[in-house]
Amino acid sequence: MAKKSTPFEYAPAPESRSIVDIKPSYGLFVDGEFVDGRGSSFKTVNPATEETLAEIAEASEADVDLAVRAARRAFRGWSRMSGRERAKYLFRIARIIQERGRELAVLESIDNGKPIKESRDVDVPVVAAHFFYYAGWADKLEHAGLGPDPQPLGVAGQVIPWNFPLLMLAWKVAPALACGNTVVLKPAETTPLTALLFAEICQQADLPPGVVNIVTGAGGTGQAVVSHPDVDKVAFTGSTAVGKAIARAIAGSDKKATLELGGKAANIVFDDAAIDQAVEGIVGGIFFNQGHVCCAGSRLLVQESVADELLAKLKRRMGTLRVGDPLDKNTDIGAINSREQLDRIRELSDIGEAEGAERWAPPCDLPASGFWFPPTIFTGVTQAHRIAREEVFGPVLSVLTFRTPAEAVEKANNTPYGLSAGVWTEKGSRILHMASQLRAGVVWANTFNKFDPASPFGGYKESGYGREGGRQGLAAYLKGADA
Amino acid sequence: MARIDVRKTYKLYIGGAFPRSESGHSYEVTDSKGKFVANASLASRKDVRDAVVAARKAFGPWSARTAYNRSQILYRIAEVMEDRRPQFEEAVKQSEGGTAAAARGQVDAAVDRLVWYAGWADKLAQVIGNANPVAGPFFNHTAPEPTGVVGVLAPQSSSLLGLVSVVAPAIVTGNVAVVVSSYARPLPAVTFAEVLATSDVPGGVVNILTGDAAVLAPWLAAHMDVNAIDLCGVAGSAELATSLEVAAADNLKRVRRAPDAEPDWTLDPGLSPMTAFVEHKTVWHPIGI
Amino acid sequence: MSTTAPTDPAPGLAAYSEVTAGEASLRRFLHGLPGVDQVGAEARAAGLGTRSIKTTAKAWALDLAIRMVDLTTLEGQDTPGKVRALASKALRPDPADPSCPSVAAVCVYGDLVGEVKAVVGSEVNVAAVATAFPSGRASMAVKLADTRDAVAAGADEIDMVIDRGAFLAGHYLQVFEEIVATREACVRPDGSHAHLKVIFETGELQTYDNVRRASWLAMLAGADFIKTSTGKVQPAATLPVTLVMLEVVRDFREATGVQIGVKPAGGIRTAKDAIKYLVMVNEIAGDDWLDPDWFRFGASTLLNDLLMQRTKMTTGRYSGPDYFTLD
Repeated sequence: MAKKSTPFEYAPAPESRSIVDIKPSYGLFVDGEFVDGRGSSFKTVNPATEETLAEIAEASEADVDLAVRAARRAFRGWSRMSGRERAKYLFRIARIIQERGRELAVLESIDNGKPIKESRDVDVPVVAAHFFYYAGWADKLEHAGLGPDPQPLGVAGQVIPWNFPLLMLAWKVAPALACGNTVVLKPAETTPLTALLFAEICQQADLPPGVVNIVTGAGGTGQAVVSHPDVDKVAFTGSTAVGKAIARAIAGSDKKATLELGGKAANIVFDDAAIDQAVEGIVGGIFFNQGHVCCAGSRLLVQESVADELLAKLKRRMGTLRVGDPLDKNTDIGAINSREQLDRIRELSDIGEAEGAERWAPPCDLPASGFWFPPTIFTGVTQAHRIAREEVFGPVLSVLTFRTPAEAVEKANNTPYGLSAGVWTEKGSRILHMASQLRAGVVWANTFNKFDPASPFGGYKESGYGREGGRQGLAAYLKGADA
Repeated sequence: MARIDVRKTYKLYIGGAFPRSESGHSYEVTDSKGKFVANASLASRKDVRDAVVAARKAFGPWSARTAYNRSQILYRIAEVMEDRRPQFEEAVKQSEGGTAAAARGQVDAAVDRLVWYAGWADKLAQVIGNANPVAGPFFNHTAPEPTGVVGVLAPQSSSLLGLVSVVAPAIVTGNVAVVVSSYARPLPAVTFAEVLATSDVPGGVVNILTGDAAVLAPWLAAHMDVNAIDLCGVAGSAELATSLEVAAADNLKRVRRAPDAEPDWTLDPGLSPMTAFVEHKTVWHPIGI
Repeated sequence: MSTTAPTDPAPGLAAYSEVTAGEASLRRFLHGLPGVDQVGAEARAAGLGTRSIKTTAKAWALDLAIRMVDLTTLEGQDTPGKVRALASKALRPDPADPSCPSVAAVCVYGDLVGEVKAVVGSEVNVAAVATAFPSGRASMAVKLADTRDAVAAGADEIDMVIDRGAFLAGHYLQVFEEIVATREACVRPDGSHAHLKVIFETGELQTYDNVRRASWLAMLAGADFIKTSTGKVQPAATLPVTLVMLEVVRDFREATGVQIGVKPAGGIRTAKDAIKYLVMVNEIAGDDWLDPDWFRFGASTLLNDLLMQRTKMTTGRYSGPDYFTLD
């Protein structure tokens, strides 16, 4: 009876990449200057096309040492500068980020593979907001309730992941600088470009040399940063395995650490949920940023009485997700960040299938070159399946069911992780009950994957320790601060 | 003919009961001059295991109690201690030596510290939690929650004030504790266990093991169902402390590092003994009609 | 489409006969529908609003949007001359370009139906507002007479308003029965019936929960279309309220097999807005609804902006209001 009309085919709507100027090669940013590294170099590629974007210097231990020395030298002046003056530098940086927002967004999408609508509407605006937020703290630290005379720690060694390259940089750099620390930051080896553009922004803002140093490289460089004896503070976002290695490496030292690690968040949907918004929350929870999100809602726990209805709606919704060119403004799911990560997602998905879970993905044409994985769900998953326990870090959702609130809590908490959780119900008292029972640092009730500089973020258990964002985020960069 | 005294072997305190060590071993406790005072149970790794199980079982209900109720219970501990002041004074004097007045000072300070912490139960969240003004139509707040099972290596020197100063801040926020007492000076801890057993503290909330921290701590530090550890009891043993931190990394325990030397316990503790073992939980909810 | 004979309820609808059998069961059913989270619904609508529709897709969408317009004038000062001019525009929106399609319908007060009909004949539909539009505050007899008059005058479509007072008072069965009675009043002597659009005045219902309930109520009562607003109350149509209604018609077809149309009305003034609505139709309800039979825009000034953008697409330069007729 329904009259079939012609489908509404969206013509390609690519964001122009002419706004970015990618150099053939990049050195390290040390003491306010771009310098050649002493080590070898590596390539960063566009994961959507596999084209090489640039040659990047791989910082050696000696390079890291130079960067830490520069940061140490700069610490004297930076930490003694009045908070009001430090604030103005951070405000300057925030403003430049806004002004160069389009450039940063395009570059982020090219290097990382994330859709331009996310880098443009989420990553970059939240980065600017983060600098604005902590800029305002720089001259108010004594009012933060963290002691009468809050003092910076010194040199912060910061190692960040590839999933939100610029955003994670902002989470690390903004509070560190606001508190009077100087930093040596290592971006991920697959996504160094926006950090290097940020270095240019520091120059543009006339930030004193050495306050921010950027050393590119892989695991070895990161290790050199966190274990450098003159680093006072280690801040790391990445895998739980590396987080543990860092905790071991700094054992017995005076180094303070903030670790933001893995997760396997439960997204719990009760039978009285606002179902259409729950579906959106599930989709946003697992397919945002290709599922490369430590707090992704990768385990859907749905009350059995609405499971069929919810899954039907979820599958329908997944059919409207547009996978493809990250620079197309209509792309919902971009490229997987690297071949290595794609292999990992494929491997765990194959294991999920082999273990008896039922795999489903909507039909979608994936580009011939580049790294791609369709939005995928597994039904019939139990707590014993590896896909229900291990972090896939990709667009793969495991669906489990529960019968009672107690069972939902039990299953949600039955993991070594504890980063985030979601709850969907229209009953207020149940939300508050669930929020108190879930052992996770962030609980999103009737929403998911929301981030704000004023909102502390961080995990329980093996998802790490310390908080980033908000007033609590300052404590990580001040001496003896009682968070 | 002088009366032959009844020599006692003090037991462990696990899950609200007073069992002997699973190993069956005990050790002689002497006073500060080396004179025999009593036997104490020598806890083993299996006692650590049992204590962690008891603590985990107690965690849910204890953390679910109202802050007011936990406050009442900590205050009750102080009341019961106050009642037993002479016994504590004797134990402290025996353990630490010094004058009766000095021992009395320690007991007074320990009781006062419990009263101080009792008052924090329903205030800490107001001081360190906050409403977060996010840029969107969302209610957003952050509040501290207990981290879970805390392993506490009690100080070796300060047998009562030091002990209370590490146990009270852990439990007042809703954590449960597995405590390894001072090896050489366990008797105030034993008496403290008796106080706990008679002051409304649910079994398992505090478990006290007498024994050698160097032997027990590695098991506690490596235990995957322990969420945090206070290394105060190995102050000054840098190598041991480092190895415990390494072991604690296996499940990313929250670690309160060992100081170079035991601190002056009479100083204002500040908030860090409590904040070291809380998790900040942030909750978001949309605001709409 | 206006001549489809009323048929027995679809088999899927029969399952709901118990729901509408009494006040209590109807209330239970409507209050048992899943809630709508305002923030989530609005975020979803805003997200769809960022779709970028370019070149061929845009040209296609502009023509479709023109074909979906219910060109509307509902003023106390409407005259025969005014509505005739509007009717001419409906037939040939861009006299300079014969490839430009006609709109879907002309929407006027019932007493002016004949004036429009005289101009458009059967090439464009005539829609009449009825049931004491816009407030709906009159006796049932008056509302039904209003409807019958318009149908008798040749209206192809009737845009009725629900009694918001009754709805907000919780008298759902009363609202249900009014819609049923109005639908019966749409039947012509030959047994065919004027298409019934049911206006909720979502700005007065206030919550999306109410919109979802009103939508189900109207569909169960036999509405052919559900429509947001009269245009007389602010806010009129919005993207999120239309989103909720599109979700409901999608769910309703899933449950009953019956497809219902959706008409946002009021406040849609630009081609850019119209395209956002079409994207939403496409992604929420699906492309079965991308047709004037199933989606309409109640609008007046929108048409000229659609025409201007259409001209821009063909000529490659921006146009101006002087080049389009003001009627």
